[in-house]
Amino acid sequence: MSSITPAEVKVGAKGGPEGPRRPGQVSLGGLSLNLRASGIYIAFALIVALFWVLTDGALLQPQNISNIIVQNSYVLILAIGMILVIIAGHIDLSVGSVVAVTGALAAVLMVNMGLPWPLALLITVVAGGLIGAWQGYWIAYFGIPAFIVTLAGMLLFRALTMTVLGNQGIGPFPDQVRTLANGFTSGYLGNIGLGPLGGADLFSLLIGVTAIAGMVASQWRSRAARAGYGQVVEPMAMFVLKMAAGAGLILFLVVQLARFNNLPWVLVLLAILVLAYSLMANRTVFGRQIYAIGGNLQAAVMSGVKVKKVVFWIFVNMGVLSAIAGIIFAGRLNQAGPTAGNSFELDAIAAAFIGGAAVQGGVGKVVGALTGGLIMAVINNGMSLIGSPSERVMLVKGAVLLAAVAFDVWTKRRAGAAG
Amino acid sequence: MTDHILRMSGITKTFPGVKALQDVTLSVRRGEIHAICGENGAGKSTLMKVLSGVYPHGTYEGEITFEGEKCAFGSIRDSEHAGIVIIHQELALSPQLSIAENIFLGNERAKRGLIDWNRTNFEAAQLMERVGLRENPTTVVTDIGVGKQQLVEIAKALSKEVKLLILDEPTAALNDDDSAHLLDLLRGLRESGITCVIISHKLNEVIAIADSVTIIRDGRTIETLDMAGDGVSEDRIISGMVGRALDSRFPPHQPTIGEEALRIEDWTVYSPSQPGRKVVDGASLNVRRGEIVGLAGLMGAGRTELAMSVFGRTYGVHISGKIFKNGRPVEIRSVQDAIKHGLAYATEDRKRYGLNLIEDIKRNISAAGLSGLSRRGFVDEHEEYRVAEGFHKSMNIKAPSVSSVVGKLSGGNQQKVVLSKWILTEPDVLILDEPTRGIDVGAKYEIYTIINRLADEGKAVLVISSELPELLGLCDRVYALCEGRITGELPREEATQERLMHLMTKGQE
Repeated sequence: MSSITPAEVKVGAKGGPEGPRRPGQVSLGGLSLNLRASGIYIAFALIVALFWVLTDGALLQPQNISNIIVQNSYVLILAIGMILVIIAGHIDLSVGSVVAVTGALAAVLMVNMGLPWPLALLITVVAGGLIGAWQGYWIAYFGIPAFIVTLAGMLLFRALTMTVLGNQGIGPFPDQVRTLANGFTSGYLGNIGLGPLGGADLFSLLIGVTAIAGMVASQWRSRAARAGYGQVVEPMAMFVLKMAAGAGLILFLVVQLARFNNLPWVLVLLAILVLAYSLMANRTVFGRQIYAIGGNLQAAVMSGVKVKKVVFWIFVNMGVLSAIAGIIFAGRLNQAGPTAGNSFELDAIAAAFIGGAAVQGGVGKVVGALTGGLIMAVINNGMSLIGSPSERVMLVKGAVLLAAVAFDVWTKRRAGAAG
Repeated sequence: MTDHILRMSGITKTFPGVKALQDVTLSVRRGEIHAICGENGAGKSTLMKVLSGVYPHGTYEGEITFEGEKCAFGSIRDSEHAGIVIIHQELALSPQLSIAENIFLGNERAKRGLIDWNRTNFEAAQLMERVGLRENPTTVVTDIGVGKQQLVEIAKALSKEVKLLILDEPTAALNDDDSAHLLDLLRGLRESGITCVIISHKLNEVIAIADSVTIIRDGRTIETLDMAGDGVSEDRIISGMVGRALDSRFPPHQPTIGEEALRIEDWTVYSPSQPGRKVVDGASLNVRRGEIVGLAGLMGAGRTELAMSVFGRTYGVHISGKIFKNGRPVEIRSVQDAIKHGLAYATEDRKRYGLNLIEDIKRNISAAGLSGLSRRGFVDEHEEYRVAEGFHKSMNIKAPSVSSVVGKLSGGNQQKVVLSKWILTEPDVLILDEPTRGIDVGAKYEIYTIINRLADEGKAVLVISSELPELLGLCDRVYALCEGRITGELPREEATQERLMHLMTKGQE
């Protein structure tokens, strides 16, 4: 470490007033809010509130919440992988076809060949990784744009699906796989009375309470550590407010689910994936390098980032997550079909961009992509509850995507004008 | 009474939270070359954007009178229509189009919607003749050098019947020959009645060419000097820009020189784009601990190419030669190898190769030294913050916090972030490519101080610079590079601008 001290570098040259407030930043009585970063969560809350009113509360009924999660889990899983691809400045158009081909592979292994399901799932996930490695090779090491490689992959793997399946569906899947995709945790600890809300699954509630405790504890520790290092931390009131809001949200979700049919397994899986990938993106060297590559590829190269390797592994990861999504989708339908996963890539890409990813790369969050996916899920679900025809749903989803990216570009332009 | 072609008065431009311009006045006489000088961030570019309609009428306060008429430009198109053309520092040419196509881009020579190619090329040739550009009008712009591209921009401006030509740092990317040619061209344009406004950091050029100079500091007009009457010197302009007399542009330094840290022998690099062309030809040099060594050369001499090829082969093909680190031969095949062997290279092009502009200060500082801040793949964010905060203070990076986005900082502060990034990797040898390019005078002094400190800590520093006074003021020893070959080496005591220039142009005699 260098030991340049302030005394050594002292020059009177006065710089201009540095660091103007970032545009898109709103100040509310001392609490400042970065619109660009938190706009997506506000939008999500507003959309939920809107459909809650429009559906007379049906949107947030226990069974409906469960439906939204289970019906969209595979797109949400894909969105987690897609946001990493997009942060690195690439795109993956093949994930729908990879979902199909991995689902088909799982079906062939389990149904036709009778392999034990854990082994079959393992082979399928590895196959997904190999598909990702195939595409990652062409993109990272051969230097073909991801758009082209994955467009080719979209056709190749769809063709492969049809070949494997012989143009017909294969099923049914073993019960365990169906439970993972479609089922719920069992009531290990029995039910508990919740007064006017009726009975609810104790195990699910305990998981919820543990999650809340974990969240508060880790946030508190992080805050204390930051304060200990002399960093600026948010005021205590804001911290308490945020924690209360987060806890309330989790509690509401868990209570509603516990009242219905316990926790869906896919929610457990999703929660683990979101936590793990958020940690990966924010805290690991690999995650940092993804942002560095997307933010300025050449600067990343000149800083010693092994760009090819990182890009390669991002696509391997996308393949693995596509395989997981493929298994869950096939398991849910209890059949692997040749048209499985059609246009999933578009949903995943839309989720990432609605969730705040930047078109040029370098910006985005795993939680943002998840929220983007949920926004589309709520629009889908809410509009079908009020009986809107599917063309209108598509229209609204298209408009939301355009608006989200337009907002991103607009805030960036304002930032540019001030710079 | 003097005939003023342009008067800007009371110009005030505010961005959220910042007053970029405050009651700025600028009067330009017809037919003169008027220079605008000021530190980076002083408001020069903002003023020119107000004038050219990039910031439309209504988004600023004040009055613009051009050719005796009040102007309210809503866009660049409006200002161009009035005869004001601005040529930006970053050229705005379409690289894959021909010279002629670029000249008439947006202003095509067409008949009934179809482009008249004969007329396009003929008129382009006439304009090119006027600016002294000897090329075929159909040559694609990427195939000509930066100096010639600059001439294409000027030809383009002339095609629009320009009355007032604004050039933002026109010679920043040019070598001395091209710069001299450009300045001659501007004199020619002045004779043909075109008024020029040039923004420049190169004060010797300002002295050589300008009829008057307006100095801007912190968004205000400080003064306008008449070059004919006042006998204005560089130091006079500098003191106006920084608001104080500059006793010395270079901090004093007493070197303590130790063992050899880096030696390059017989280093040869071929161009990746032009097969068979040697960009670096058998170059040998060495740098010792505690020593600041300069590398002088004209544009295209192969300075950056030499540095980048040494730094993990990031430039060039068929690289041959030997690298010795602390006397032992080492193999450096990648940037990772280079960092591992204690090399650091701070690029001449911060925005392209040095920084992630959308990311904050601390993550830019940690970008190359992340492995030292992490355990088992996980980054210690608190340690990262502490380290970044340390550089924030020790390097005097002017920003509210280390979470500020780097793209918003001034050139000098961005350069300090780049230097911090490399210091964090604890290198033994720092190669600094144009460390003060595009940086204002005050910040330059700070950068020189930092470089001296690094040398005092026992690091070997190799400085590449286009500015000979900078090399002479800073370095203990200077190599001259000409057409890829080291043509000489002068210790500080013997080095003069004349001798260096002689060595740098040896190949061209």
